[in-house]
Amino acid sequence: QSLPLVIGLTIFMLAVFLGIELISKIPPTLHTPLMSGSNAISGITLVGAILVAGNGAGGLAAFLGFLAVVMATVNVVGGFLVTHRMLQKFKR
Amino acid sequence: MSPVWINLSYLVSAIFFILGLKGMTRPKTAVRGNLYGSLGMLIAVVTTLLAAEVVSFVWIIVGVLIGSGIGAYFAITIKMEKMPEMVALFNGFGGAASMFVAGGDFWLRTGVPTSDVIISTALAGIIGAVTLTGSLVAFGKLAELNFIKKLKALPGQQIINAVLAVLLLILIIVIVNNPSSGWYWTIVVVSLVLGYMLTISIGGADMPVVIALLNSYSGLAAAATGFVIGNTILIIAGSLVGASGLILTKVMCDAMNRSLPAVLFGSLGPASDGPSAD
Repeated sequence: QSLPLVIGLTIFMLAVFLGIELISKIPPTLHTPLMSGSNAISGITLVGAILVAGNGAGGLAAFLGFLAVVMATVNVVGGFLVTHRMLQKFKR
Repeated sequence: MSPVWINLSYLVSAIFFILGLKGMTRPKTAVRGNLYGSLGMLIAVVTTLLAAEVVSFVWIIVGVLIGSGIGAYFAITIKMEKMPEMVALFNGFGGAASMFVAGGDFWLRTGVPTSDVIISTALAGIIGAVTLTGSLVAFGKLAELNFIKKLKALPGQQIINAVLAVLLLILIIVIVNNPSSGWYWTIVVVSLVLGYMLTISIGGADMPVVIALLNSYSGLAAAATGFVIGNTILIIAGSLVGASGLILTKVMCDAMNRSLPAVLFGSLGPASDGPSAD
C-alpha cells in the first residue's frame, strides 16, 4: 500500500516486455512444460495470501486469506512438482 | 525484516523467476529452470513470512500444510497423459486465490482506498474469477466429466459475452464511486459467469491453447493483486507470467493452426471484435 502507482506501472511494463522477450523462441516439445512451470510461478499470489491471512485482524478477512493460502499453495506445490515430472525426459 | 531488506530479497526472487522462465525455453536447461523458479518462490514466501505485517501464523501454517498435501498428492499420483487437465485445475486455484486476496484486503482497509487501488481490486477479482471458472470448464472438458460434456453453448453466445463485459465496465465505475465489499463480490459473480461463457463453447482439442491463455490470465490476476497490496514481487512475477503466457498462447495457436482472437473471445467461428475478458 506504500507503492506509488507510477513505480508499480513502470515495474509492470518492464516485466511485460521482458516476459515477451524470454519466450520468443521455444520448441514445441516444451510448450506444455513451460505452461505448467509458468503456471506454478503465477502462484506467487501466495505472497498476497500470506499477507492477508497473517494480518491478525481475524474474522472474514483472515478466513478469505486462509482460503487463498490453501489454493495458492496447491497451485505452487502442485505446479512445480507436475512440471518437474513432465521434464524428466529432458534430464541429461 | 525492514522493508528495504524485504524488497531486496524480492528482487533476488524475481531474478530466479526470470532465469527460471529463460531456462524452461531450452530442453537442456529446462529442469534447472523449473528448479530456479521454485527457488524464487521459496525465497519470496520466506521473505513474506518475515515481514512486519505478518503477525499471526496459525492460519498460514495450516493453509500451507493443507495446500502442500493436496498439491503434492495430485502432482505425484496423476498419470502422465492427465497432466494438462491437472495444470488447468491448479491454474484455476491460483486465479481463485488472487480473487480471495483482493476481496480479503478490502475488509482489512480502514480508510477509503484511492481509485487506482479500487480499480486494481476490481481487475484482480474479474481476472481471478474468469480464470477460476474458465479453468474448471477446461478441466471438466479434458477430464471428460459427463455433466460438463452435456453443457452446450447458448445461442448468441458472443452477444451474451459482450453484455457481460459491458456490465463489468459499468460495475467498475460503480465500485470506484461507491467502494464496498458488496460491489466487489457482485463483480466476482458476474466474472465467474463470464469465465464459464468464454470457455464452454470451445472444443476439447483446443483446450491446451485455452489453458495457456488462462495461465496468462492467472498471472495478470496476480499482478493486479500486486497493485492492490503494493507488492513488487507480485507485480513482477505476475506480469512475467501474463506476458509470456500470452506469447506462448500465440505460439501454440500458430502451431495448431488456430486463430488467437477466436480463442480470446471464446469462439471458434470467424474472429469477432468484442471486448476481451481483461
